[in-house]
Amino acid sequence: MRYSGFKVIKEALTGHKGWKPAWRDPEPRPHYDIIIIGGGGHGLATAHYLAKVYGQKNIAVIEKGWIGGGNVGRNTTIIRSNYMLDGNEPFYEFSLKLWEGLEQDLNYNAMISQRGIMNLIHSDAQRDAFIRRGNAMMLNGADAELLDAAQIRKEYPFLNFDDARFPIKGGLAQRRGGTVRHDAVAWGFARSADSHGVDIIQNCEVTGFRIENGKCLGIETSKGFIGANKVASAVAGSSGRLMAKANMRLPIESHVLQAFVSEGLKPVLPGVITFGAGHFYVSQSDKGGLVFGGDIDGYNSYAQRGNLPVVEDVCEGGMAIMPIIGRARLLRMWGGIMDMSMDGSPIIDETHIEGLYFNGGWCYGGFKATPASGYAYAHLLAKGTPHETATAYRFNRFETGHMIDEKGMGNQPNLH
Amino acid sequence: MIINHPLLGPRDSAEFVYLGDASLLNRPDPETASPKDWHDYGYLRDNPAGDLRELWFHEGGDRSMLVVTRNTLTHDITSVALARDVALKLGAAL
Amino acid sequence: MTQINRLAGGQIDRHTTLNFTFDGKKYQGHAGDTLASALLANNVRLMGRSFKYHRPRGPLTAGSEEPNALVELRSGARQEPNTRATTAELFDGLQARSQNRFPSLKFDAMAINDRFSNFLTAGFYYKTFMWPAAFWEKIYEPIIRKAAGLGSLSMQEDPDQYDKGFRHCDVLIIGAGPSGLMAALTAARAGKEVILADEDFTFGGRLNSETHAINDNVATDWVASSIAELASLPNVRLMPRTTIIGAFDHGIYGAVERISDHLPIPPADKPRQILWRIYASRAILCAGATERPIAFENNDRPGIMLAGALRTYANRYGTTAAKRVAIFTNNDDGHRTASDLATKGVHIAAVVDTRPDAPSGHNYEVLKGAQIVNTMGRLGLTFAEVLQADGSTRMLECGALGVSGGWNPNVHLTCHQRGRPTWNGDLAAFVPGGTLPPGMTVAGAAMGDFSTHAALTSGTQAAATALGVKAVNVPLAEDAPIRQTPFWYVEGASRAWLDQQNDVTVKDVKLSHQEGFRSVEHLKRYTTLGMATDQGKTSNMGGLAIMAELAGKSIPEVGTTIFRPPYTATAIGVMGGRMRGKDFHPTRLTPSHDWAKERGAVFVEVGNWLRAQWFPIAGETHWRESVDREVTATRASVGVCDCTTLGKIDVQGVDAATFLNKIYCNGFAKLAVGKVRYGLMLREDGIAMDDGTAGRMADDHFIVTTTTANAARVYQHMEFVRQCLMPDADVQVISTTEAWAQYAVAGPNSRKLLQKIVDPEFDITNEGFPFMACGNITVCGGLRARLFRISFSGELAFEIAVPSRYGDALMRRLMSEGEEFDVTPYGTEALGVMRIEKGHAAGNELNGTTTALNLGMGRMVSKVKDSIGSKLSERAGLNEPDALMQVGIKPLDAEQKVTAGGHLMNEDGPVDAAHDQGYVTSAAFSPTMGSMIGLGFLKDGSNRTGEKMRLVSPVTDLTIEVEIVSAHFVDPEGERVRA
Repeated sequence: MRYSGFKVIKEALTGHKGWKPAWRDPEPRPHYDIIIIGGGGHGLATAHYLAKVYGQKNIAVIEKGWIGGGNVGRNTTIIRSNYMLDGNEPFYEFSLKLWEGLEQDLNYNAMISQRGIMNLIHSDAQRDAFIRRGNAMMLNGADAELLDAAQIRKEYPFLNFDDARFPIKGGLAQRRGGTVRHDAVAWGFARSADSHGVDIIQNCEVTGFRIENGKCLGIETSKGFIGANKVASAVAGSSGRLMAKANMRLPIESHVLQAFVSEGLKPVLPGVITFGAGHFYVSQSDKGGLVFGGDIDGYNSYAQRGNLPVVEDVCEGGMAIMPIIGRARLLRMWGGIMDMSMDGSPIIDETHIEGLYFNGGWCYGGFKATPASGYAYAHLLAKGTPHETATAYRFNRFETGHMIDEKGMGNQPNLH
Repeated sequence: MIINHPLLGPRDSAEFVYLGDASLLNRPDPETASPKDWHDYGYLRDNPAGDLRELWFHEGGDRSMLVVTRNTLTHDITSVALARDVALKLGAAL
Repeated sequence: MTQINRLAGGQIDRHTTLNFTFDGKKYQGHAGDTLASALLANNVRLMGRSFKYHRPRGPLTAGSEEPNALVELRSGARQEPNTRATTAELFDGLQARSQNRFPSLKFDAMAINDRFSNFLTAGFYYKTFMWPAAFWEKIYEPIIRKAAGLGSLSMQEDPDQYDKGFRHCDVLIIGAGPSGLMAALTAARAGKEVILADEDFTFGGRLNSETHAINDNVATDWVASSIAELASLPNVRLMPRTTIIGAFDHGIYGAVERISDHLPIPPADKPRQILWRIYASRAILCAGATERPIAFENNDRPGIMLAGALRTYANRYGTTAAKRVAIFTNNDDGHRTASDLATKGVHIAAVVDTRPDAPSGHNYEVLKGAQIVNTMGRLGLTFAEVLQADGSTRMLECGALGVSGGWNPNVHLTCHQRGRPTWNGDLAAFVPGGTLPPGMTVAGAAMGDFSTHAALTSGTQAAATALGVKAVNVPLAEDAPIRQTPFWYVEGASRAWLDQQNDVTVKDVKLSHQEGFRSVEHLKRYTTLGMATDQGKTSNMGGLAIMAELAGKSIPEVGTTIFRPPYTATAIGVMGGRMRGKDFHPTRLTPSHDWAKERGAVFVEVGNWLRAQWFPIAGETHWRESVDREVTATRASVGVCDCTTLGKIDVQGVDAATFLNKIYCNGFAKLAVGKVRYGLMLREDGIAMDDGTAGRMADDHFIVTTTTANAARVYQHMEFVRQCLMPDADVQVISTTEAWAQYAVAGPNSRKLLQKIVDPEFDITNEGFPFMACGNITVCGGLRARLFRISFSGELAFEIAVPSRYGDALMRRLMSEGEEFDVTPYGTEALGVMRIEKGHAAGNELNGTTTALNLGMGRMVSKVKDSIGSKLSERAGLNEPDALMQVGIKPLDAEQKVTAGGHLMNEDGPVDAAHDQGYVTSAAFSPTMGSMIGLGFLKDGSNRTGEKMRLVSPVTDLTIEVEIVSAHFVDPEGERVRA
């Protein structure tokens, strides 16, 4: 069912009787060409592009709980392509371009809002690094803008310019960055994939892989065995747990990242602010809540909840850079599980087991990657070769020494 | 979280720095290890949804390294040992 | 006529009259009132507007679960949006304004949305605003953003202070109602360390709202005597106005104590609020229960509230919401409200009870088997329409309607560690169950023990069992049986509100189900049910019950959404505490900081350190003038730079040399005593971690210096290697960064200057103390010091260290002794210029992705020994033929600017990422070279000296031509350092 202005008006006047379920609720078939494990943003996007762009048929998305219940449903909704390294920047810029056309592609309003993202600069060395990054962005065809403190003050006069422990010395802006209504991304991809014939199977937990002679034949699930030519994992956060069922150890640790939202407030923040000397980033949702976050808690966890020290650390950062928010109230805090990889960059690759594919290691940056990740994964699954923007995201980069380490923190996942 | 330090008793985890999977203690033997051994040591990690042996550094305390066994689903800590003692048992040599 | 709705009794102090304003209008209330109770007393029911439809709203509750009566409290920088009128304590001079309305609360233009509610159903955003594509961001979103939100921030810095603290106890009791008080008495009398916390400003919980007796006395008297006993005990800490916001791991509870929110402004030296981390061996949750509403058509008018809230306003605050009150209930508790209000002289229009077998009332009419099917009254309730058991309808004239759908235990904190509550069919409610946070037990109404007797008993038992102590005697109290049969909504109702703040109605839940959003999480996210400032405390249950019915499932099958901290919304300020402004992070100062300040230094933040960046002198108008002078003077004669901030790690033990041999990629085993060596430290992944020097003071004693930035990480790394990889080595390490003040004395006259202060028995001539020598010496007549002949500037140079307390004196002495050489203090800028001129790598080059090879030190990585990182540094990707190599960069036109962060492109060809050849890491104006110079990494850079390239920096709008040169701009042969 296509959403249109006419349809919206008609339904409003006739009691909304005509709206149909956004996706079907099918029982699994015995065999699919491609099974995607994980009904999150990446998995659903993969299904959408496989069906719509790569013309694949006979696809299923298997979801343990309800679709969109992983990190696509619990992130801080920021999109951007402000990366520095060759392996990353083209991919994220591709993703941003897909975001820019996503609503028309999906016929679903995910409220993509290119309100701009600003990374604040607090030292000369940081400025040097941001100039390098901004240049890398522009050389890759993305937009970037270097601002001095006065320019930032004009846009964000309420930041702490006069009493800051680490004075604001400038910022790197990406005007095309912004925010998206995160849940709607999952729903929009799901609805589109479903309309292209993809079976979305919720409440179906994968309990194991059927692997014979080094080849993956399908998956064991709570709804029985489902055969497949290709099985594709897209369960970032739970990658370690799932792939252990195929006896794989990964270059990944699972960590908890907390996020926060305040009560609704009249508009305060036009764009996204990232405080480079503290651990704090913030935007304001269309509903009015300040959506903010900071560092990961720093210890391995699958608990989807964090602890007070990081809560305090994040709010300290917020009060340091934006002391006007002291009397706003923190409404809710939650935790998501991050696949923290060994160089801070993701993996989209085949595994050593034939027919088993892997997409994960997104650290805390997977949301903005959703469309490109789905596109590139679909490409890999359909064509057998990496998408041109994702050639660096291979498992073997750690063996060969081709790490993609934006932060330069090395093989310690909790520092990325 | 609270870590029951073998020498100092219960300490808030905020005093510690987390280093991850305690398999970091199992550094390959430089005489015999293959490139794959080094890759696995450097880049592959135990990541169970359950008990994990992990390294914590008491930076805000006595600067000891601890091997803590902690459940990654519940955060329950079931054992804490000085990493040096664990390493000595492993027979790590110079 | 003021306070026309006052009734007799209650806990307000009628002798203390308080003046306040709401939307500019003056009112009076009494001490002990909340803003909501005082407004109701003044016959003000309309206190707010809903989020989406801007429907007129009054308070639904009398507590922290309030979704409607949200106001902007106070004015100026203290303006506090979204404050619950139902918990805001009245004080004299209180100012409150309604919010989310334009132009006024009574006439809100945005209420037009209510007329278009057919369009604004759940999920309507997702289906529309897409045409034309560009209109979403330009037209629609700005309008939506402007209309959205509730209250406003002042946009000024919060003027109040917040504090943090830590408390410990044997048992934390959360909630001081009947169960909490009994738990506290049981624990306290047994001598346990007790903290009793309650979010309210008065202890007693629900007892304050009821007319029950305890031991045949007024319940509040029992509360008062219990609190008096607890307060007298040294092992009890009472914390009123304290909300336990979260149950975190290992018995750590977050608590927010409101110190000054009930006062006009915080008293001098008092914070507004305090965040406590309470470390509790055990916790007993006695958080009570929340009444649940019933959904019926137009159930959101001002005057319609929970029946228990009406009772609270009457019994505790001595006020009614209106002179004529009706009740709509499905359980006996609703009748209590009718009885209590009638006793106080309020006219009860009727009790509408859904149950055909409802009890009769002795002083009010009961309509059994009846339901309320609609209400009237634009800005406040005037009539309720009742569908009676016989099918007839009847209009009840009433200004207030108390609704009771039963009670839900407050299970919130039991679920903070991902436990899920279990369904209790007898109560038709979720009760604590499954896995509770370790150490937590639950008692009283929070456990489903609703009668006063049951609550008193379960509080006593919970404490006795949890702590292994003797139960105290339980006083006598009512023990009415609880009959709670589910009744969630009135059949046929559609514009019947579930979530009053977010305007989620029964109709929206039905649409959500129709469109496939059937999981309780999808329901929440699609309709925004339960996402308001009350987090669904009064709304979630009804929504999921209706979804269960539509889906043909049981309520426990549908389940709840996740309960998350904080229990009630918490000021961000208190979570930040005092870590703001200049106190955001600690500030580290070097021992000669005051001297530098006197000297007029400009300081710069380097991590937590403040370092002198340059030292301007009279007549200098631009920082470059100062820096150029400092460089030139140092290279010409002598300069002194404070380098105390470098990490200084003492390494001692028989195996110290073996240890450093493992830590550094180059060899240290054979370093002679009295010598310093430059060392490069790799991470295990083969990437450069840090560089610095290590001096061997004795066979078993080294002093390692690290960069300022990496001091902590290098120290941690050393401890890892020592304890985890070399556990049987005899070596100890300790950071002595703060113990020694250290100064670089650089320039051709540096030796001459030092000879004036180094005690004469120490020979520091080139022969006696050559380049890379080190030793323990004394200066100024016996002061112990360490001297290292090392150079970052490329000049003849020393670093001299003295115990910290002598740093200031040493600096002053160097300045006075150096007058004859025109000694110049220099700051970090000149230091940076000179190291770039000399081609030394620093933080910009050691950026965590560069290898020894990239840094031009590939051959330093010893192949004859094992060291951390040596093996993984051999990987092919780190040793490609065209690997990035450190180079020097010089502009062809000396006037042009070299930009750090610029990228290098070939002289000809496209300028894009695919043709990127490298990047500039550091750049500075070199007074020595007379132009800007740079260091950078260039593909195959060591073989491209002399090549002309383009340096491009589109983000700073710059393209210049440069020449690739040796990174050693000054004294490439190293003659000066050896002079």
